Order: sequence, then structure tokens, then C-alpha cells
Amino acid sequence: MASLISPYLSVPTAPGRARLAAPGAPRRRRMAVVRAKIREIFMPALSSTMTEGKIVSWTAAEGDRVAKGDPVVVVESDKADMDVETFHDGIVAVVLVPAGGTAPVGAPIALLAESEEEVALARARAQALSQGQSKEPSPPHAAAAPGPPPPAPVAPPATKGIATPYAKKLAKQHRVDIAGVVGTGPHGRVTAADVEAAAGIKHKQKVAPPPPPPPADVGPAPPMPVLPPVPGGTVVLFTTMQAAVSRNMVESLRVPTFRVGYSMVTDKLDALYEKVKSKGVTKTVLLVKAAAVALTQHPVVNASCRDGKSFSYNNNVNIGVAVALEGGLLTPVLEDADKLDIYLLAQKWRVLLKKARMKQLQPNEYNSGTFTLSNLGMFGVNKFDAILPAGQGAIMAVGASRPTVVADKDGFFSIKSEMLVNVTADHRIIYGADLAAFLQTFAKIVEDPEILTL
Amino acid sequence: MSLFAASAAVASSAAAYGYDTIRPVARLRFCGLRREALRLHSPRSTLQLVAARRSVVAAATAGNGAAASGGFDYDIVIIGAGVGGHGAALHAVEKGLKTAIIEGDIVGGTCVNRGCVPSKALLAVSGRMRELQDEHHMKSLGLQVSSPGYDRQAVADHANNLASKIRSNLTNSMKALGVDILTGIGTIVGKQKVRYGKVGFAENEITARNIIIATGSVPFVPKGIEIDGKTVFTSDHALKLESVPEWIAIVGSGYIGLEFSDVYTALGSEVTFVEALDQLMPGFDPEIAKLAQRILINPRKIDYHTGVFASKITPAKDGKPVLIELIDAKTKEHKETLEVDAALIATGRAPFTKGLGLENINVVTQRGFVPVDERMQVMDATGNVVPNLYCIGDANGKLMLAHAASAQGISVVEQISGRDNILNHLSIPAACFTHPEISMVGLTEPQAREKADKEGFEISVVKTSFKANTKALAENEGDGLAKMIYRPDTGEILGVHILGLHAADLIHEASNAIALGTHVQDIKFAVHAHPTLSEVLDELFKAAKVNTGVSHSINEPVAV
Repeated sequence: MASLISPYLSVPTAPGRARLAAPGAPRRRRMAVVRAKIREIFMPALSSTMTEGKIVSWTAAEGDRVAKGDPVVVVESDKADMDVETFHDGIVAVVLVPAGGTAPVGAPIALLAESEEEVALARARAQALSQGQSKEPSPPHAAAAPGPPPPAPVAPPATKGIATPYAKKLAKQHRVDIAGVVGTGPHGRVTAADVEAAAGIKHKQKVAPPPPPPPADVGPAPPMPVLPPVPGGTVVLFTTMQAAVSRNMVESLRVPTFRVGYSMVTDKLDALYEKVKSKGVTKTVLLVKAAAVALTQHPVVNASCRDGKSFSYNNNVNIGVAVALEGGLLTPVLEDADKLDIYLLAQKWRVLLKKARMKQLQPNEYNSGTFTLSNLGMFGVNKFDAILPAGQGAIMAVGASRPTVVADKDGFFSIKSEMLVNVTADHRIIYGADLAAFLQTFAKIVEDPEILTL
Repeated sequence: MSLFAASAAVASSAAAYGYDTIRPVARLRFCGLRREALRLHSPRSTLQLVAARRSVVAAATAGNGAAASGGFDYDIVIIGAGVGGHGAALHAVEKGLKTAIIEGDIVGGTCVNRGCVPSKALLAVSGRMRELQDEHHMKSLGLQVSSPGYDRQAVADHANNLASKIRSNLTNSMKALGVDILTGIGTIVGKQKVRYGKVGFAENEITARNIIIATGSVPFVPKGIEIDGKTVFTSDHALKLESVPEWIAIVGSGYIGLEFSDVYTALGSEVTFVEALDQLMPGFDPEIAKLAQRILINPRKIDYHTGVFASKITPAKDGKPVLIELIDAKTKEHKETLEVDAALIATGRAPFTKGLGLENINVVTQRGFVPVDERMQVMDATGNVVPNLYCIGDANGKLMLAHAASAQGISVVEQISGRDNILNHLSIPAACFTHPEISMVGLTEPQAREKADKEGFEISVVKTSFKANTKALAENEGDGLAKMIYRPDTGEILGVHILGLHAADLIHEASNAIALGTHVQDIKFAVHAHPTLSEVLDELFKAAKVNTGVSHSINEPVAV
């Protein structure tokens, strides 16, 4: 799964029409046929030594029809601003580099379509280009293409179409369809903030949202003493994701937690795994399903304490699984894990994992967890404690299954595969007995896993 | 021949000596006189010379408290104590004329109280706000500014206090010089007779040898627009800055609308322009307007609707926003309805000439404007000049700018003092105080081309960019353009337009040149200090190519 490299990533930025290298994807093939009709407007070289240029402003806007020789854009050179003309007639379909942006000489800065129909195709092509070029870690862009719905609530009601001037500018810049944006301004108007939310743009003041979102009720954390740097060492600043993880871990110190461990025999689970692995089901998925079933019987372990004085029971069982990524950690969430069968769960998990690796997870795909599973067994770890993520009641740390000598009550020794599971829970809502009961149920399911295949 | 066009100071000193100073024609510098004036009015001027000598002598002996000549109460009565009236009054006193000025509302008029003065105060604040909030700009200079903010009341107070200060300066300057400030609405009741009085009080009647109408103008509100002073208002209300709306529609994209868009966007509002013509900023030179749009409109939170009228504007009430119905300017069909928080009506100014009693002397206003000739003399319904009656400033509609009003006032007083004077309006500069500023003098390029086609001469255009100017780059304000339209055959400057930092101050070199008739081939040798923004104009002059082949030294007199 992780090895599937997206065709978009390998798009070169060299000029020329034959830019989309990867064959195979049907859209590319269809594009290849009409490629000739969509032309690019390049950043011109205004002098022999110019390597990149800054766009001062667009004389022609998206949607304008231009004739050969019409000025379309003003590019800044060291002497003056030069009007750049188009060599072809057409409609400016997409502006790839907005005013104020820079582009290397020869890079396409806009797409010119010959007729109205090609405008949509050009837009799609521009989307492909922009996805391939964006490589930022955190906030995954809810790509503002006409397809994916905004991560915010659900079906946006039709707006009256009143949008403020800045909102309209931003919508054009980020290619958001303003008719689909919900207005939250006075009298229902669409404001700049609404457009930015729809485009998935967060300002640097706000917290970037990787794994669990910070709980709303947490007050200011106690100030940590800053230690002097290590002499002879190197200082590497946190990435946004790492900063968020650090922040969440510090905030978790405010929650009173306790841990309960349970060891269980996994022979039958291993046997089941052998049977279903050909269908794409992994050990993780089996454990997730087991946990989900157990949680339905112990809803308090699926709850959380959000305000320090009440239980917040969740109607859904959404299990997040911790995934280690290069330089970070994410917990993609399998929603309604109790309601889906292991095959469906496995399929969803594959998709989530791929998205996580490509940093394309939507916020609802990592924020909505009610319980988390963390597995370090693949490293041979037999036992560890996990830190409780903000906004959840419990997290399960799973160790490796290793052959262990067990004694039964009759005094017979045998060798069984034993796995140690350690759950950390919020003692404000989950008490020792609750957790122990949950683990007992979980162990029963793991040791007799036929129920998982139902 | 006593065609004096010399500066006022020279004239007054001459008057004090009691003899007229005839200067050789060759050394005359005409501030606006044209050849036609020389030809046409010589006989008249001889008559005036006689009169002038008499009045000059009288003035030299009389103080300002003495009776006016000819048995009148006053030599000049000015109706309206705005910028025009004030300028005329000061000059009249300097010429030794007994002067009274009638003011029905507030001394200073529009400019001081509801116009130039408070708007410049607000623009100064907005210019600074904009600079401080421009993180990119600050960073490039190496500065860090953390969250700049403003106190709306304090900003409004700054504007108010400035207006009060200037108003009292104006009043004091007139009082100190002995001008009688009469309070009340002035009405012309007959030839050389004016009545004035406050509403509800007894009226006074005075006689004046000359009457100058300087009643100014008020904001024009088109039909269908309901003003409530809070959510739908004109510049009069806007300058009090009682609130800063989140989203304001500005009807009219001339210099008033443009300046307000600068103020409001700097203070955090979003702006929508509603313009009846197809282009924004229709009064500007088109190339300047295009660049102005790129600098002043596109990067800001401003959008616009052109080619539409606001047929109906309803103020906000009961929780509903201000509703503006837009109709197509040509087809008159409904286009859309805007819902905004406030609307500013900046569709021009209408002359304030009601109640002047013009019908008593058979003068008919045209769309409210008082008809005048090139000497600001009022023309009656039959097309004849009404003697001893003048109209200056916005009320005559020739050039509705404050400094034009006072220049016209000075021109009139010159005439009254016996020196004929025709003001060359093409030498009067105009400025728009946005950030960066826009200024102009003379003709726009299309106007110049039209004139060239009609009169059969060629024109050339030169342009320079502020990007080439050291000082502008040092300030990181390299956005700007200066352009000059001139005649390559004679070197006559037809028009200069500047958009850039301090454009409003820089234009005077060009307006002086036009006023004095200086030619490009001479002015290009003038030295400009380095590094200053004035070098932008230096570049312009140096770039001009004149074909006369003969270059005059700047010390030699130039025959007009």
C-alpha cells in the first residue's frame, strides 16, 4: 500500500505540453487526447539573466476571453513592470500562480483553454498539478476541487450568494466555489474566514491539528522550565506535527490515569489470522474488531470526561490506531468499528493508511476517535504503557505475542503464545473494576475469536 | 498698458507707492494670461488703469476701517466664508479694499469642516495604519511591529481638533486683518445690495461696490437614496468617523470615493464600489487609472460594480442590512441587490446657490451652478455680464477644488483692483490623497490627443517609474508612475500625471511650469536635489525630446 506512488507526484514543472508522465490512470488518457486544446502561459524571460519572475497582477482574470496579443499579466522586472501578452486566443481557464507569487522562467503560470468545455478540463489538470506540488506535513488540505465536500458539517445549505469582497477574492485565489460555502457573517454573508475554512487554510495563530485535538476545557498548562542546550549537540525545532504531539502529551499530565495489564493467549487468534490474511485482514484489524466488540459491552471505557464533572458517552465506537510515520505519529480512525466486519474494516484501514502516509487525512479521519489502540509488538516489545490522548477515556497498548510457558490449574505446563495488553484509562470516569471487566471481555474475545468473523 | 500679471506682492508694493508699474512686455511672466487676453482687452484696461489708480491711491491712504470708495458700505462683500471666500477676503484686504464676509453656517465652510482638512487627518491615520499592518513591508525594512491597532474615537478626535484649529486660524486671520465677519444667510436683493441675517432675527442690508458669491457646494445625493446619517451617509457624516463598518459600499469612484476607500480599508473594512460609468476612476488619465486600480484596488479588500446605478438605497433597520438595488446604467434593468453594513454616497457635489436671490437680478442658474465667464463675472439670463457681481469656487462649477476657489477669488480681487486677470485653469493641479497619492495638472492623454487632432499638432508622451528613484526604493515604495504629455515642436507642457509617494507635493513643479509657460527644453536643466522624489520629474523632463533645435538658457526671457 505504501509503495503506491501517486502519479501526481512525478509531474515535472518544465514547460511543454507533454507533462503528465504517468500512463494508466484513465483521466490522463482522456486528457492526452484533448491536450492540444489547453495551452499554458509561461513565465517569460524578460532579460537574459532572469531566472524567476514575480507576478504583479493579472490583467486578465479567470474566465476572461483573450485574443492573441492581448496583455494578460504584468510581470515585474528590475526596471519596470512589463505587460506580457498571450500568443494564442482563448479563455483564461486557470491562474496557476496568483498575483504576488513568483515562478521560475518557463514555468506555466496559467492555463488557456480554447473553448468553454475545455475550461473544466483545464481546471482538473490544474488540480492535479497543485496536489502533486504540495508537500506540507500538517494541515492536510481539503483540496478545494469541486469533488470533496468541506470537512466542516455536512451538506451546506444554499447561501444567498452574498459574499464580502475579500471573501470573493480568496475564493477566486483558492478556487473555492463560493456558492457552496456556508456564510457565518452578519446577515448570513460569506466572510473571508468562511472561505478559508472551506479551503482548509488555517492561520498560523491557530493550532495545527494532528492526532487528537486539544480538549476545550484544558486551562493554561503550567510553565515548563526551559533547559539550556546541550553543548556539542544540535538543535532541531519541532515540526508542526511534533509540536502538537508534544503539546498534547503535556496536557495529558492533567488527567489522573491508571493502568491495568492483562495477558491473554493468542493461539486461536493467530490461527484465525492465518485464515483471513489472504483476504487482506491484518492482525491490527482483528485486534481493533475485538476491542470494538468489547467496548460495546463496556460503554464507559468508550466514554470520555470533557469538563471534569460529567461522563460523555459516545454513541459510536471509533477506534484510532497509532501509526508511526517519518518524523511523526498519527492515529487514523476506523469509525463504527463495531458495526463493520473485518473485511470491510481491513479495506478501510488500507485506504486510511495510504492517506496517512501521504499526509492527506481529513480532520474527521483522525479527530473522531473514542478509543485508541497502540501496537508495538512488531518490535518485539512485550509490555509498555501508552499515554492517554486528550479527549478519550482509554488507550490500549498491545505487546508482542511470544511463546510463553504457561501453567494451568492442574499443574500442567504448556507453551502458548501470550500477548500482554496494558490499558491506560482516565480514573475520573473509568474505575478499576470497569477496566478490569473490559479487559476480561476483551481477553475472552481474543482467546475465542470466532465472534470476530460474524 | 497695464496688464499686470505679476505676483500679488509686487503689485501691492507697487500700489503702495502709488504709481503703476508698467513693465516691458518681453519680461512679463503671465500666470495664466494668454495672447488673446493681451489682444482683446487693452482698451478696457486703460479705463481700468484710471480707475485702479484712483482706488490705489484711495487704498494707500485709507486703512481697512475707513469707508469704502464711492459711498458704498463696503468695496467687496463676499457671500460665504469658505476657502474661496477667505482667499478672496485676504487678498482684498491686502489690496486695501474694505471687505466684509457673510457666513450663514460655519467659518471655513466645507473644506475646513467637512472636506479637505478632516479627510487629510483621517488619511494620515489610515496611511500609517496601512504601513504598520503591512508585515511584508515592515519585514523588508527590518522592522517588527506587533499587532497595531487604533482607537476610533481618538482618530475622529484628531480630525475634529484639526478642523477646529484650522477654523479658528481662519477666523482669526480675517479678524486680525479687519475683515468684517457678518453672520447670517446672504441674499442679493438688487444691484450692489445684499441683505443678510440669521433665521428668526432682523435682517441687515448693506451696499457693496462688488459682490462675490462664494457659497460652495453640498454633497449631491441622487434620487432614490435615503440618507439616515448612520448607515447611509455622505462625506459630511463619514468624516466624523462615528463608526467603522465591516462592509461599506461606496457609490461613486471619483477622488472622494477613492480616498474614503483608502481610509476604510486601512481601518479594517471591506469596500464595494458602485460606479455608473464603465470605468472606475473615470476622471483620471486612463493609464494612471489602470495603474491606480492595480495598486489601490486589486490588492485590497475591495470589489466593484461598474456600469450600474444605485437606484434605491434603504438604510439598515430592524436588524436588516443596508439594501442597495443596482440597475444597469443603460438598460435600467435590475441587476442585483447588495446587502452591506453601510453606504457612502460620493456621487459628486451640487452647488449651493438657493436663497441667493439671483432671480432679483435676472440670473438663472444652470443645474444649480451660477453661470460665469472666464473672469468669474456672473452672466445673466440674456447672456450679458452682470457688472460688479462675481462668483467663485464650487458655486460656479468651473473647477470644484479648494485651491481653484481661492485662485479664482484672487483673480477676481485683482480685477476689482484694476488689473485684469484671467485664471488659466489648466495650470491648477489636482490631487487625490490615497496611499500612494495621485496628482495631475493639465490635460489627460485622450484630451491632449483630441486637442492635437483638432488644432493640428503632434504630442509626445514620456513616462518614468518610481522604481527607478532612489528615495522611493529606500522607502520601499517603488510603486508609481509619472507621465508627461507635451508638444515636441514647441516644448509646451500639456499635462503631467503622477501616481506615487508624495505625488500631491511633487506636481507643483509641473503646475508652476505650465502656469509660467516654461518649456520642457529649459526646465530640463534645472537641478533637483538627490536623493529626492522630485527626481522622478527630473527624469521626465530629461526624457522629453523637443525638436525646436533652439534651446533657451533659463535666464533668457521667453516670449509667449
